[in-house]
Amino acid sequence: MGLVYEPVDLEREAFEDLRGFIEKLLSKPAPGSAGRTGAWRLYRPAVDAGRCIKCGICWLYCPDDVISWAPKGLPIIDYSYCKGCGICSSVCPVKAIDMVLEGE
Amino acid sequence: MKVKVLMGNTAVAEAVRMADVDVVSAYPITPQTIIVERIADMVERGELKARYVRVESEHSALAVVYGASASGARVFTATSSHDLLYMYEMLWWVANSRLPIVMAVVTRAIGPPWSIHSDHQDALTVRDAGWIMGFASSVEEAFDITLQAYRVGEDGRVLLPVMVALDGFTLSHTSEPVRLPEESEVREWLPPREPLPFKLEPGSYFSVGNLGPDEVAMELRWYVWRAMERAKHVMREVSVDYARRFDRSTHSLVEEFKTGDARYLVVLAGAWSGDAMEAADMLRDEGYPVGVARLRYIRPFPAEELRELATSVRAVLVIDRAVSMGHMGVIAGDLVAATRGKVVVKNIIAGLGGVDMGPEDFKSIVKGFVEEYESGALDSWFYAEWYMPWVRGR
Amino acid sequence: MSIPWLASRRTRGVLPGNPACSGCPHNIGLKVLGRVVGDRAILVVPAGCTSIIAGYWPREGLEFPLLHVPFASAAAVASGVRAALDVGGRGDAIVVVWSGDGGAADIGFATLSGAATRNEDILVIVSDNEAYMNTGVQASGTTMWKALTTTSPVLGKTEERKDIALLTLMHKVPYVATASIGYPSDLAEKIRRASEIKGFKLIHLHSPCPPGWRFDSDKTVLVAKLAVETGAWILWEYDRGNFKISPPSTPYRDKSRRKPLTEYIKLQGRLAHLTEEDIREIERRIDENWNLILRLEEYYASHVKA
Repeated sequence: MGLVYEPVDLEREAFEDLRGFIEKLLSKPAPGSAGRTGAWRLYRPAVDAGRCIKCGICWLYCPDDVISWAPKGLPIIDYSYCKGCGICSSVCPVKAIDMVLEGE
Repeated sequence: MKVKVLMGNTAVAEAVRMADVDVVSAYPITPQTIIVERIADMVERGELKARYVRVESEHSALAVVYGASASGARVFTATSSHDLLYMYEMLWWVANSRLPIVMAVVTRAIGPPWSIHSDHQDALTVRDAGWIMGFASSVEEAFDITLQAYRVGEDGRVLLPVMVALDGFTLSHTSEPVRLPEESEVREWLPPREPLPFKLEPGSYFSVGNLGPDEVAMELRWYVWRAMERAKHVMREVSVDYARRFDRSTHSLVEEFKTGDARYLVVLAGAWSGDAMEAADMLRDEGYPVGVARLRYIRPFPAEELRELATSVRAVLVIDRAVSMGHMGVIAGDLVAATRGKVVVKNIIAGLGGVDMGPEDFKSIVKGFVEEYESGALDSWFYAEWYMPWVRGR
Repeated sequence: MSIPWLASRRTRGVLPGNPACSGCPHNIGLKVLGRVVGDRAILVVPAGCTSIIAGYWPREGLEFPLLHVPFASAAAVASGVRAALDVGGRGDAIVVVWSGDGGAADIGFATLSGAATRNEDILVIVSDNEAYMNTGVQASGTTMWKALTTTSPVLGKTEERKDIALLTLMHKVPYVATASIGYPSDLAEKIRRASEIKGFKLIHLHSPCPPGWRFDSDKTVLVAKLAVETGAWILWEYDRGNFKISPPSTPYRDKSRRKPLTEYIKLQGRLAHLTEEDIREIERRIDENWNLILRLEEYYASHVKA
């Protein structure tokens, strides 16, 4: 059989394909993988700095890790991603976090 | 190069040893089992430095080698029949991840009723997933295709899993001489695997296969498609290179037998091709200009080769050992599509459930086909028949 | 492990803004896991809530090397990852299967059992929210008796729950524990201990689910703690021959110190239909379970390795 196969620039095509394939198959850790989830929130947690005993329990239980806390420091909430679940408020041993209706 | 008498199954195991795989996992099923028994023996004796994982199912066998391949290992598994079907979803997961896993499929009929004998329904049923699929027709070729599977699958231009099909018993349990290359030469020809397309290890902060837009899911399938297309070129290249290196005749995707001046072409795949070629020889003696095209690979489908061969004859006879119910034989369907309906094709479904086929069977089928064509009875462009001589009228 | 220690860790596990539901218990568990072993771990995740939580392409919502895998395959894939890493000289890696109850106790049970039998050097964490939550709250093998789900919508589930931790223990593996997202420090301790053991480890993590159990999203931790405080969920740990009830559950060996079961039940919409008789029956089953766990503790205490 006289089939002659054209030399094809397979390397170049394959390299570009591989790059595209990997880009589409893999995902890289980054905040906001579901967008700005702060928009889900109906109630926002508000920390009463005067009452807070800086124990870190709110940090411990926050499911979305949106609370920054260092030992002996006040918790700082990232409202762009806080979903407003209210767990921080419910676990606070001194009731220093109030859930406030958004827009109020 | 030394010649050793091996069974199909042990030849595959020998190729796996020479490929120096890292992880093997499998579950027993007749007629495959001897392959992995042999490999387990090699591992326990220290002849192959690999981890052998004894799993509780075939689904897990492919899952284990999937995980190992994702973390950079060269892997192997083997299966048959029902257990290939039990792997079904994993086959897709592997293909879409483009991990170059090599798996032997010792073909066997699917029940009920129980049968341990060969047809091609198991392998051909999974043809759409995205695996390269080779079909051996001799013990030596089972060895060759297994070794080439690693070279082709791991090639950066391909990166696809490869299935090596060999007929249950007629190849798997049949002893034939095999010309074994020197191990050092094989090591040189098949260097250790590059961990592509990705390698999962501690610190590799990425996830594989996240939910995403539908367009991404479709595009990933397109990349598999493109890799399949490129694979044809790479497979031709690798088979030529292998033949030169290890003193084999050069068959790439299709083996041709007396096709040069043939007026009628028989197309088929697998171990029974030898019988078909013997029948073609007998028919030649009787004046029938018959040639045989034996598919060494079913996926990617060697459409270019077959188109050229099929369009230079009067009519094509495809003998299928697997059927797509409600349509036609699997290879026939592919061939009709590849030749765009421009060729007169007849399809015979035969050998299902392991029914034995000898040269005389092929002779009578092919003779009938030629006579039918020449009498003008083969007028429709395509039809299929079941070859069951023990049933009156078939 | 202390809160400051966990907070000081560089690997976070969970990244803000991932697709988990508001108040999701899995995220709490994943956060603890990441904080403890995120620098050495690889996650293998079968179908389930975490298939979503892991994020939407091109972003990953978690901070782990992570492999999504088919539902029934996780413990086998992890076995393969383990084998490859061992061959490749990465014995330091911790291969973790992060699975839901369906992926471990139902469809993936044979796979889990196989890996446990082989004593694969992997850690399986079953984050158990007691139903197929990701597909919309269908009953699973671990759904509690009588709980309403979308496939037991009127009468509640008619079968008893499957105890995946004890089933795993009977595979004679080196480490099995129960844990709760209500007790992150206890969970962190258990993850650390498990990560130092070679062989098969399983942690059965109780993860109350706000939408699935029908309670408000701020009550996840409260419900989880009440499960322990009422004795409905018992925290225990088996470590190479030693079987101990864990500190958070220790007081409740004494039934009189347990909170009334109704405190746990009344918060959950899935149990709102229970009759007093049903509650008595659940209590009886809890007592029976305590008897079994206390007997096991006694048994292993008398068989401690020298």
